[in-house]
Amino acid sequence: MDPTTTESPSPTTPAAASADAGRPAIIEVEDLDFYYGENRALDGVSLAIPSHQVTALIGPSGCGKSTLLRCFNRMNDLIEGAERTRGTVRIRGVDIFGPEVNVMELRKRVGMVFQKTNPFPNSIYENITFGLQLQGVRSKTRLDEAVERSLRAAALWDEVKDRLHESGLSLSGGQQQRLCIARAIAVEPEIILMDEPCSALDPVATARVEELIHKLKQEFTIVIVTHNMQQAARCSDRTAFLYLGKLIEYADTQTIFINPSDSQTEAYVSGRFG
Amino acid sequence: MKRFFDTELETFRSDLVLMGETAVRQVRQVLEALIESDVNLAQQVVTADDELDQLELKIDEEAIRYMSLRSPVATELRLVIVGMKASHDLERVGDEATNIARRIPRLTAEPPLKPYVDLPKMAAIAVEMLRDALDCFLQVDAEKALAVCQRDKDVDEINRQLYRELSSYMIERPETTSRALELMFISKSIERIADHASNIAEEMIYLAKGEDIRHTEHTRNPSAR
Repeated sequence: MDPTTTESPSPTTPAAASADAGRPAIIEVEDLDFYYGENRALDGVSLAIPSHQVTALIGPSGCGKSTLLRCFNRMNDLIEGAERTRGTVRIRGVDIFGPEVNVMELRKRVGMVFQKTNPFPNSIYENITFGLQLQGVRSKTRLDEAVERSLRAAALWDEVKDRLHESGLSLSGGQQQRLCIARAIAVEPEIILMDEPCSALDPVATARVEELIHKLKQEFTIVIVTHNMQQAARCSDRTAFLYLGKLIEYADTQTIFINPSDSQTEAYVSGRFG
Repeated sequence: MKRFFDTELETFRSDLVLMGETAVRQVRQVLEALIESDVNLAQQVVTADDELDQLELKIDEEAIRYMSLRSPVATELRLVIVGMKASHDLERVGDEATNIARRIPRLTAEPPLKPYVDLPKMAAIAVEMLRDALDCFLQVDAEKALAVCQRDKDVDEINRQLYRELSSYMIERPETTSRALELMFISKSIERIADHASNIAEEMIYLAKGEDIRHTEHTRNPSAR
């Protein structure tokens, strides 16, 4: 049973089966339309995202990839005038736009890491424990364990273990982004959404985060929005190309970068438009 | 949208075309030298092999540079990979032409063993295969490329037939052994040229469709597709 709702999971849709041979879909998007006021940001998007894989959303600015990403934890709800007008997003078979869904619970299960590093202006330790304390966890032992586990999972523990009570803002850009990933991991989500997580990082910090993404898929499902084609090629198992709000092509990353079937995908990944 | 480095890919492509044309010319000339017993033309073929060697080096250098600096993907990536492989095949075609050319002075020093019938026939198919494989590069035509691969068996068959015939000569008239052996080696070289043409055609299928048909039934049996 899904912890975010009392509704029973509905049967898996046919779209889910096409996510990836041998891997069940964790997110199923079906015929999704999304508007910002009069502007259509998503136009009939359907795709199934497999669990424990990295799925990259690529496309030129304004193509709808960040909108689609933010649909997965209903972050768009916070934007005035933003509205889903048609279609569904199911996570583990449950419609996340359903009336029974607790959005806070949903966001706990579907964590997010943003383009701009945004640690809280508190200590490294408090950055990690914040979400857990909100959930009512008070046990010092449990919090300590969560801090170490999350920082280790984010490959940051060795660098910060002796200064856990220093400000998160004292870390370098790359370390701050890994701290944000650790913070997302701390509440034990199933899915981590990443919106251009490396765009503000130098190549070494980028490589560390990419290494981390690769490692984290053992435990989590990751959906990443990136403008960096090589990053999508290096990090992801599946790639979806969006253009003008439509899903143009969705396939194994290798297929997208070696033999895409759509000429628009080919032109975009080759840097010929966008 | 045109990119500032698109000319690099155009240069790469035209170098590969030039290399293909040079390889075809070398094969045609060496066959003319063989049939006409023209030792001077044979020597020209040997000398001109360096053109192919230099083009192979240039194409490799351009491909490595393009891959490291321009991060090609999709068709471009396939083009660069296929270009490197095809240039290697073309260089080997040149080597086979040179091998034939080096045997011509020895053959012309003695009376012909038999009229040249099968060798020109076999060579005509090999040259046509090579020519067509290169056309497939220009036209990005996978169907035509598949037809090239399937013609390879005709060349193989003539080579086997010639081998049997020349073996009989050697058994029945041992004094013909050295000439028969030279012709066997030439036949083998032509058969190898057809193999390289077939390899290039397979590479062109990969370029056109992203499909690797090497070591499959497709190249031998048209009904397998």
